[in-house]
Amino acid sequence: MKVSRRLPESPWRSPLRGPWLTSVFGVVLLVGIPVLFVTGLLSYAAYNPDLAMINDKTPDKGLLGFYLFSWPTHPYWLYRVTQGVHVTLGIVLVPVLLAKLWSVVPKLFVLPPVRSLGHALDRVSLLLLVGGGLFEFVTGVLNVQLDYLFPGSFYPLHFYGAWVFTGAVLAHVVIRLPRTVRALRSRDFRAELRTNTAHTRPEPRDETGLVAAEPAAPTTSRRGALGMVGLGSLALLVVTAGQSIGGPLRRTALLAPHGSPVGDGPNGFQVNKGYRAVNIRPKDVGEDWRLVVKGRGGRVPLSLDEVRRLAQHGSALPIACVEGWSTGNQHWEGVRLIDLARMVGHTDDAPDVFVESAQLTGSFRAVALRGNQVRDPRSLLALRVNGAELSHDHGYPARVIVPGAPGVMNTKWVRQLTFGVTTFGAQA
Amino acid sequence: MTPQDQDTPPGPPAGARSGAWRPGAWRPGDRFRRLYGEEPLHLLILIVSFAVCGYAAVRWLSDDWLSIAVWFVGAAVLHDLVLVPLYAGTDWILHRVGGGRGRTADDPPRTAVNHIRVPAFVSLLLLLVYWPLVFRNSPHYSVSTHLSDAVFLRRWLLITAVLFGASAVWYAVGRYRTRPRERTTPKER
Repeated sequence: MKVSRRLPESPWRSPLRGPWLTSVFGVVLLVGIPVLFVTGLLSYAAYNPDLAMINDKTPDKGLLGFYLFSWPTHPYWLYRVTQGVHVTLGIVLVPVLLAKLWSVVPKLFVLPPVRSLGHALDRVSLLLLVGGGLFEFVTGVLNVQLDYLFPGSFYPLHFYGAWVFTGAVLAHVVIRLPRTVRALRSRDFRAELRTNTAHTRPEPRDETGLVAAEPAAPTTSRRGALGMVGLGSLALLVVTAGQSIGGPLRRTALLAPHGSPVGDGPNGFQVNKGYRAVNIRPKDVGEDWRLVVKGRGGRVPLSLDEVRRLAQHGSALPIACVEGWSTGNQHWEGVRLIDLARMVGHTDDAPDVFVESAQLTGSFRAVALRGNQVRDPRSLLALRVNGAELSHDHGYPARVIVPGAPGVMNTKWVRQLTFGVTTFGAQA
Repeated sequence: MTPQDQDTPPGPPAGARSGAWRPGAWRPGDRFRRLYGEEPLHLLILIVSFAVCGYAAVRWLSDDWLSIAVWFVGAAVLHDLVLVPLYAGTDWILHRVGGGRGRTADDPPRTAVNHIRVPAFVSLLLLLVYWPLVFRNSPHYSVSTHLSDAVFLRRWLLITAVLFGASAVWYAVGRYRTRPRERTTPKER
């Protein structure tokens, strides 16, 4: 017998869609996205962009830099934690974001597409929300894998994109919060976690328009859907987090960009950009290499042997990259930055310093460090690491290492330190 | 759907005005609501929001605004019109082939197909995030980090195999555990 069948009104027939499920995903993002936002703002501050133009990849920021402050050197693991959380949490939230968007996708095709002026503005705001959210996640995920497909430098894209996204999130949260609270109260979370597929019923239809008009039979429960998304987040956490946490867990970071070990020995820790990737000529770091230290009291060129004869100090500090990975503490040995400042006439103050690399091209071949970073006795111009000379990839013959600073602020292949200035060619 | 549900617009809680409002009575902002379609507060919030977005956007779009706009809108379009139909369609086909979806809400649920669905979801999710490394699409990676990107495809395939393997074992165990019950009550079937 042929059963007469007509096409359903809408292709979106999942019996799980409804304000409650959307709200559960929404609440997870409501906690997670502000953490991403704040850790992102902190990462921008960590570069000390207000200290010098050279540190600032978004000099047109205007009021968006309202909160900037001197990045501290205590605790020394600060950036390692904030940026590790930023990247790892961002990756872990990908399935939640996708699930949230899945849960509201019927709204995209709602008819009529525009009901009123208010509805039209609401939809524009949602485009900024969805476009902004996906843009931030996509650029972030690509950047940590060094796949620079996006149009232009990562820093301004991710920075301004974050503010557009945040503006849209703000409206979305305020407008939808009462509805979210109502929806969450409409069902008991624990009871939902005890409900199997056979007992799963659609949510009652309401004005949100999320519940299917003709729901299909359930193929999984809400518990199953939440579990599947949670499992996705867990899987991403397991294959990612080890590159930030380090130690034996690094081996579990199977798909993370910096999960694999990089050789053995004292210099066997992660590299952001190696010697060959950045245009260093062998003669720039060979026998003729000189460290030039400049300051109020004059200009002192030093050979490597002369630098070695200065008072040497040790400090145990990690390298923590903006890409989210980090190393454990490495044992650096070298000359304190504050001692070098004293050598060129800064005997009673701790000035900012402009650090230049032998690197000829590329961003961050020069950076400015702030007085508080120079003053910290753990801040070194390091010559050795873990008992051995620095390898070429880690900055031979000399590199800066500052507690709590992002990786790229720890300039490698240093050739000049100018105390008291923060730009190229300025006189101390 | 109850009439009450339908009549409650989003915005201020219903209790705030239900006492004062009777049909036909004039409420402040009625004309605004008719013209705008939402509460006045809705417009206020959106203006604040658009101001934040706009402030960032004018600073941002000064260079190469077209590419940025394409990426911004493109991300949403690609997700909504390609990715979602693609995975929703694949899921639908999977259920057709696997016979998972009952025709009506009264059919007993058949969830065996979830043992394919869940590992496939996790595996494809990992690929969605890490495809640049898995497919070796990141030319800077090996040069910069001195790490090989040849390992990722192998690892992803291994993880995928483990996920499907675990799911299969789970399925087999589940079948085994329900078997004795079925055997003792053959007449009920």
